[in-house]
Amino acid sequence: MKIDYHALGLKVGLECHQQLATHGKLFCNCKPHLFKGEPEIIFLRRLRPTQSELGQVDPAAFFEFQKGMKILYEADAETSCLVEMDEEPPHELNREALDISLTIALMMNAKPVDEIYVMRKIVIDGSNTTGFQRTCVVAVDGSINVDGKNVPIQHICLEEDAARKMGEEGFLIRYRIDRLGIPLVEITTGPVIYTPEEAERVALAIGKILRSTKRVKRGIGTIRQDLNISIRDGALVEIKGVQELELISKVVEYEVQRQLNLLRMRDELRRRDLRENELKERFVDVTPVFRETQCQILQRAISQGKTILAVKLPKLAGLLGFELAPGLRFGGELADRARFWGRVGGILHTDELKSYGVSDKEISELRRSAGAGEEDAVVIVADKIENASDALKAVVERVREAINGVPEETRAANPDGTTRYMRPRPGAARMYPETDVPPIKITEEHLERLRAQLPEPPGDKIKRLMSSYGLNEKLARQLLDMEYDDLFEVAVKETNVTPTVVAATLTETFKALKREGVKIENLAEEQIVEIFKIVGLEKTSKESIPEIVRWLTKHEGSNPMEAIKELGLMMVSEEELKSLIEEYLDKNKDLIAEKKLGALGALMGIIMKDLRGKAKPELVNKILREKLAERLSG
Amino acid sequence: MSERLPGYRGLALKMLLEAGADIGDLIRVVKDNVVLEGILIPRSEYSDDKHVVIKGRSGYNIGVEVTPTTIVERVRTELKPLFVPPPPPEQRTGLPKVTILSTGGTIASRVDYRTGAVRPVISASDLYSIVPELSDIAVIDAEILFSIFSEDLTPKHWSAMARAVANHISRGVDGVVVTHGTDTMGYSAAALSFALQKLPVPVVFVGAQRSEDRPSSDAPMNLIGAVYAASRAPFAEVTVAMHETPSDEAIIIHRGTKVRKCHTSRRDAFKTVNSKPLARIVSNKIFILANNYQPRDLERKIILRPEFDERAALIKFYPGMNPKIIDWYVSEGFRGIVLEGTGLGHVRRECFPAIKGAIDAGVIVAMTSQCIWGRVNMNVYSNGRDLLSIGVIPLGDMLAETALVKMMWCLAQSKSIDEAKNLLITNIANEFSERTVEHAEPPKFSMG
Repeated sequence: MKIDYHALGLKVGLECHQQLATHGKLFCNCKPHLFKGEPEIIFLRRLRPTQSELGQVDPAAFFEFQKGMKILYEADAETSCLVEMDEEPPHELNREALDISLTIALMMNAKPVDEIYVMRKIVIDGSNTTGFQRTCVVAVDGSINVDGKNVPIQHICLEEDAARKMGEEGFLIRYRIDRLGIPLVEITTGPVIYTPEEAERVALAIGKILRSTKRVKRGIGTIRQDLNISIRDGALVEIKGVQELELISKVVEYEVQRQLNLLRMRDELRRRDLRENELKERFVDVTPVFRETQCQILQRAISQGKTILAVKLPKLAGLLGFELAPGLRFGGELADRARFWGRVGGILHTDELKSYGVSDKEISELRRSAGAGEEDAVVIVADKIENASDALKAVVERVREAINGVPEETRAANPDGTTRYMRPRPGAARMYPETDVPPIKITEEHLERLRAQLPEPPGDKIKRLMSSYGLNEKLARQLLDMEYDDLFEVAVKETNVTPTVVAATLTETFKALKREGVKIENLAEEQIVEIFKIVGLEKTSKESIPEIVRWLTKHEGSNPMEAIKELGLMMVSEEELKSLIEEYLDKNKDLIAEKKLGALGALMGIIMKDLRGKAKPELVNKILREKLAERLSG
Repeated sequence: MSERLPGYRGLALKMLLEAGADIGDLIRVVKDNVVLEGILIPRSEYSDDKHVVIKGRSGYNIGVEVTPTTIVERVRTELKPLFVPPPPPEQRTGLPKVTILSTGGTIASRVDYRTGAVRPVISASDLYSIVPELSDIAVIDAEILFSIFSEDLTPKHWSAMARAVANHISRGVDGVVVTHGTDTMGYSAAALSFALQKLPVPVVFVGAQRSEDRPSSDAPMNLIGAVYAASRAPFAEVTVAMHETPSDEAIIIHRGTKVRKCHTSRRDAFKTVNSKPLARIVSNKIFILANNYQPRDLERKIILRPEFDERAALIKFYPGMNPKIIDWYVSEGFRGIVLEGTGLGHVRRECFPAIKGAIDAGVIVAMTSQCIWGRVNMNVYSNGRDLLSIGVIPLGDMLAETALVKMMWCLAQSKSIDEAKNLLITNIANEFSERTVEHAEPPKFSMG
């Protein structure tokens, strides 16, 4: 089915978060890496929601605090110091990160602010040891051109990345603070994207500009997209943490489907005349109903001493299995809420009980206990009674929201493009100044210096590579994508190797080697240029490059000349080649006698098999042709 | 500088005044064809006079440079949000009574999210609304004594604190909590240890290393621990309650005379030196660590000795120290000098004549060690023996800061030099320990 997104009033805004490749973190000098293995340092904290002047606290946060939520932080000494532990005030803002973010801002035609103020944005899920994220606007009011359309860039912010969540056991969350404090830029577009596919193209264009600075991190997890999605009559839903570019259009499509189906569900509930006041937080202990059950989930729960609580959802029979998006039923939305607010494993409901081995007798007994008729649904939860009751409260609340359509919420992206409930959308921005970091003036001289060294915009660069070096568009694009465009130009300038050979080596050859598992990233740029140099000087042939690269990555600190000596890939001189070819001709007299000039191809094959990498095929061919002709005529 | 527009001067102030803008107003700045709107925010008083700070709709603050061609307009007055604290939790009856005296510092403050200013919290009900758990522990009465940074406190403030605490105790409370900036909390705790004798109930100093406006603040947990100790601890001494480690797990109770701030920023900055801490509180349970305490006894009558003589000084010896420094104190009329000597209690021989001169002039000179951990022993080296013969008084394992406070107190409490000297070497509030055992070695900063 083709969906007319314009007709649906789809609006998407992007928030693109990209880690910067700096030497230290944003507010201290720790290594901006992640560590593997066991932590050297652990500590336990609680975060207390602070009240705004309006006396408001984030309800989700306050709920978690009241529940006694504790956070166990893990660290190692290389990637974290007292700053990440919130045991020492932040140091000054990392100037390297500031320059990169200003460079990005200038490339996006944004206006740097005159004076930067670092702010604290309250986040108390534990992902920041302080309870807030440090963030600052470095520029406003920019725009980028995406396939002829002007896309406004509202803000460019520089901020610290959050800690990594490692696990959750009941009311204890584990975070690793190695990622905390790694500098990020956040690029926020206006909500002017009108199709899923356009969202992807805008993200791609932003990514290209970011990478053209050569100062951003690469690899999984280093770039994350948040999407703000709404349709007419739907609601603004924020989807966090889309890591794969290719997933963006899918996430948008699924979210549109989800909102459309929630609107259908709203209409159905109205048709069934469900009123808010019919939804009651009346929970019944139905444990006795399942004493003899064959349902394994419930058996186990009962044997662990858990209570099974039930709630009637009036007029919802058959609707809990209603599919909202691929793999997501309305029952799944209820379960997400139950898990979040009650920390329970999940829920079961009357639309699906049978498939879990619950007998008809038990179902009718359950309906009777919950006071539910055939037109009603019943949801059950097995857990400690207070958790179960928190979970069911959340279920009832979610159904209440369904009467009005789509609730505003923050969702997290799954790797398959579907999403799950994360938390309610935070209220009005809760920001106040980070008084421990002094404001930073951005002077015109500073900006001039950055403007003078601005990277070439990716589109311009592709065109120039094509026209100046005769590359085709595919090669030029690949060079940019792999960030070898600068190295390419150096290698071409400093060596006699043709641009196409350099480009093909840096892209196709290197890609093939990477697929083999060769660690190309361990090669220094000087080493790569040196390889091209000796190829240009005909000390070895271009066919030897893969072997030289393999050898160099295994022999740290060595140079390409050593490689070709070690590997026996030195080119033979023309004189040597001539006498070698004479030998081959002697050895293959019969073949020559039989095929005459037609032996050329076969001889070429035999010789090149032995001399690959040591002699240029063109030269071998030339000498062979001459010698063969000599012999046949003589 | 302007009262109405804090932090603004020069051109920025002039333009804001002309626009009729007040802090909190929505203003518009037009500059080089860029229009920026936001709420006017106060500016740091040390900033330049060329920028206006506004908070945009996203909540971010930015500074906008103004030039003579910039246009600044007031759009409208934003409604000033009125803070209505949530209703205080229902007070449980039959709970102990605790007075919280506030002297300043970061333990109780609230952020104005509109402007970012941090303001101290005033009333008990404000405290309850920030730390509602308190209402389950005690009935709180709160009083603000001062609102100043702890480095601005003087011995006169110690006297005022001592009088206020004694006053509340005589009105019959089950314990007193004193909130205090952490920088000089050790000094104040030592001062009150001497000034308040025969305490019937505990006096618990408490501070915070992370300000209360942030979710990770140690203030609430420290405060809960302090109120818990004040209301229920079996001892009746002057103490300090702070985090034991970087983790939010345990509150450790230090004796006022043996405690020192040993780190600039960590939550567990306070350490008991040369002794064991008095107690540990974990999940509202008190574990006593040192049994030689003065027990809680509501019948005991408090003795108040709040006077301190400020004519005493703490001099840290360093290699090559000029002896004229000592002469200067004598000539300025100082009556007591606490030396922070090297190692077991030494200073260079060049200083001996000046020290002798001071003692001859009637100044009490006492010796502590800059090693912090361990006790002085001036019998081991000839240098020390010579200082003893000149009349320098060794102060055992007393902390140098406690020794200074005690010197001030002894001078104020005594009619003669000999009486003061005697008082100085008498153990008043566990400032001396007779024995130093292995566990009281310098504690490691444990990581949780």
